[in-house]
Amino acid sequence: MAQTSEMAPLRFITCGSVDDGKSTLLGRLLYESNRIFDDELHALEIESKRFGTQGDRTDFSLLVDGLQAEREQRITIDVAYRYFATERRKFVAADAPGHEQYTRNMATGASTAQLAIILVDARNGVVTQTRRHTRIVALMGVRHALLAVNKMDLVGWSEHTFDSVAAAYRELAHTCGLSTVEAIPISALEGDNVIRRSDAMRWHDGPTVLEHLESISIAGPAHHAGLRLPVQWINRRDSSFRGVCGRIAAGTVNPGDRVVSLPSGTTSKVQRIVTFDGDRPNAAVGDSVTLVMEDNIDVSRGDVIASDGSRPAVADQFEARLLWMSFDKMLPGRPYLLKLHCKETTATITTIKYVEDIDTGARLAAATLACNEIGVVALSLAQPVVFEPYAVNRTLGAFILIDKLTFETVGAGMLSFALRRSSNIQWQQLTIDKQARGAQKQ
Amino acid sequence: MSVLPRCRLPHLDDLESEAIEILREAATNARAPVMLYSIGKDSSVMVHLARKAFFPAKPPFPLLHIDTTWKFREMYAHRERTAAETGMQIIVHRNEQGILAGVTPFTHGSAYYTDVMKTEALRQALDAGGFDVVFGGARRDEEKSRAKERIFSLRTRGHRWNPKQQRPELWALYNTHLAPGESLRVFPLSNWTELDVWQYILRDAIPVVPLYFAKERPVVERNGTLIMVDDDRMPLPGGERPQNRMVRFRTLGCYPLSGAIESDATTVEAIIAATIAARSTERAGRLIDSDQPGSMEKKKHEGYF
Ligand SMILES: Nc1nc2c(ncn2[C@@H]2O[C@H](COP(=O)(O)OP(=O)(O)O)[C@@H](O)[C@H]2O)c(=O)[nH]1
Repeated sequence: MAQTSEMAPLRFITCGSVDDGKSTLLGRLLYESNRIFDDELHALEIESKRFGTQGDRTDFSLLVDGLQAEREQRITIDVAYRYFATERRKFVAADAPGHEQYTRNMATGASTAQLAIILVDARNGVVTQTRRHTRIVALMGVRHALLAVNKMDLVGWSEHTFDSVAAAYRELAHTCGLSTVEAIPISALEGDNVIRRSDAMRWHDGPTVLEHLESISIAGPAHHAGLRLPVQWINRRDSSFRGVCGRIAAGTVNPGDRVVSLPSGTTSKVQRIVTFDGDRPNAAVGDSVTLVMEDNIDVSRGDVIASDGSRPAVADQFEARLLWMSFDKMLPGRPYLLKLHCKETTATITTIKYVEDIDTGARLAAATLACNEIGVVALSLAQPVVFEPYAVNRTLGAFILIDKLTFETVGAGMLSFALRRSSNIQWQQLTIDKQARGAQKQ
Repeated sequence: MSVLPRCRLPHLDDLESEAIEILREAATNARAPVMLYSIGKDSSVMVHLARKAFFPAKPPFPLLHIDTTWKFREMYAHRERTAAETGMQIIVHRNEQGILAGVTPFTHGSAYYTDVMKTEALRQALDAGGFDVVFGGARRDEEKSRAKERIFSLRTRGHRWNPKQQRPELWALYNTHLAPGESLRVFPLSNWTELDVWQYILRDAIPVVPLYFAKERPVVERNGTLIMVDDDRMPLPGGERPQNRMVRFRTLGCYPLSGAIESDATTVEAIIAATIAARSTERAGRLIDSDQPGSMEKKKHEGYF
């Protein structure tokens, strides 16, 4: 295990079709970064003989295929998280399943990833699963792709083969909105261009997989106008203390800042940022905080505290992209529970504008969404909510749908824009503005 | 020796904020939450995070210790110190039938013993308390089957885990809804590694059981593992004499089942240096994990943490 000098960890997801070599690649990265320990290596050698597909050779994929059922059936059925570090960076890797029926798990891994490693078998090139996975990671907001063209040993290390696969993939990535693609020819089995430069592919002058992972810089969220704090919990130790708790989704906060609680629209000033180790002078995006306000304003779980000068919108009708994850089809008009940041309410899908064909990106008419389908839909909520488009802020734009009877998580969605502002909210905002002006005069 | 300067480690801030978010989220919707307290380093970190999450209020849940009666004496002492310092209630549960039946790690083998005194005891305690949200300190980096577990992990009736039917868990949008009889296990340290835990203990000066630090202790060797003779219940056949060796523990459990490692790391800094250089996983010293292939996964299906 390496000691890492401080730099932001990279969260990535590995995806590809079954047998493209994801597990082998990830096992290699773990092994070469010294994250595989002696006792694990010993267990691995024994298991390689029992379940492995490499004869007496050590099968690195067994390191990451964790569940017994997977080892017996030799497929990856659920997303697994792995942690490793090199001297330059810490990594969190989500190993996503390639099987179609488990696509929802891939969306899970992608929802928090900054980069996707997309594996293809050099012999097959870009296949249906590659398109599917690329669309899903792009949909989940991943902007960077590393295309690993694997099993180059089986195509005679051919530069020509690599170039044509890479070109086909770049075209796909472009239509999906992935902003950077780094294509790397590898052999996961032999380790070529994973960590060690390949002698067999001297024609490749780009980075190795690890070099790229270590050096890629992930731009923070676009410059943001103000504080966004979804209210998670109200801390009432006793009648004298009232703290507003949550994890900052954007911006910074300092005592003295003028803030607004939405949707109510009441304004106040931040008095203290309270912690176990004493008050702190400021806090920023990513921090879990407890704020004490100057006034006893009306605020509850599901509200959002924002900078008074830059308010996010409030609405109850949206256009959104929705990935359906349940084997029971989505039914327009049926009420589902919706969870958006800390807010829970009821939502119905009023119309399906279209379903995206995952292979071609074509827009198809549909009356319902089946498992693993992605649709663009109109949503109607029982209550107005504070939001921002997913492209602006993942935390304020991402939601899940929960079945009201089974409590299964059935859908994952991303808000695109409000279809209309909630009318009663506009009215509320007007009266509040008067109050706020009054308060400022005092 | 100063392996790392006592400077800010931004990734620890991030892990801390994430854990606090998880604790608050789970507590918000819980009817009867409880935090499992094993007295080990991960539990110490969990208690510390809980105090931070709800400060200045006290954490809105008690701690639950499943007592096999075979923990190290220093662990029991640490438990009492924690109770006094935090003011939190600690529920102690023992499987009395198991004790009456004389189930011990020496007489019944580690697999059966663990099943009765830990897994069954845990189920009894959870049923008795009617707890619907149970915080655990498990980390995904500990073991392969844990690498796949959700942060909010659903247990069906009878506390069973079904890895093939886990709820998708996207972003930080946790689904906390439960049908009657179901419960949630919640793991705020899911994304922490062993190294993160020690760096955090150092940063926040969190008290841990002294057994983690090297000291001369009386040990005997069993199947290549060093076992500390913590009291006179340890059978010493043929007048065997324990040897004093400089040892420490990477994980703590029941003393007859916890392997010590030879070490002279006497400070948190030295443990961090040793963790960075380590060549075997943390759980290698635990005898119960390697009973049978897929051993941990099997225990989890049955409700073990
Ligand atoms: N020849 C060759 N075989 C590979 C390579 N990478 C992986 N494999 C083999 O392809 C099979 C599938 O690999 P695995 O990592 O389990 O694929 P996954 O299903 O994508 O996780 C295994 O038999 C691997 O040993 C490679 O670079 N070259």
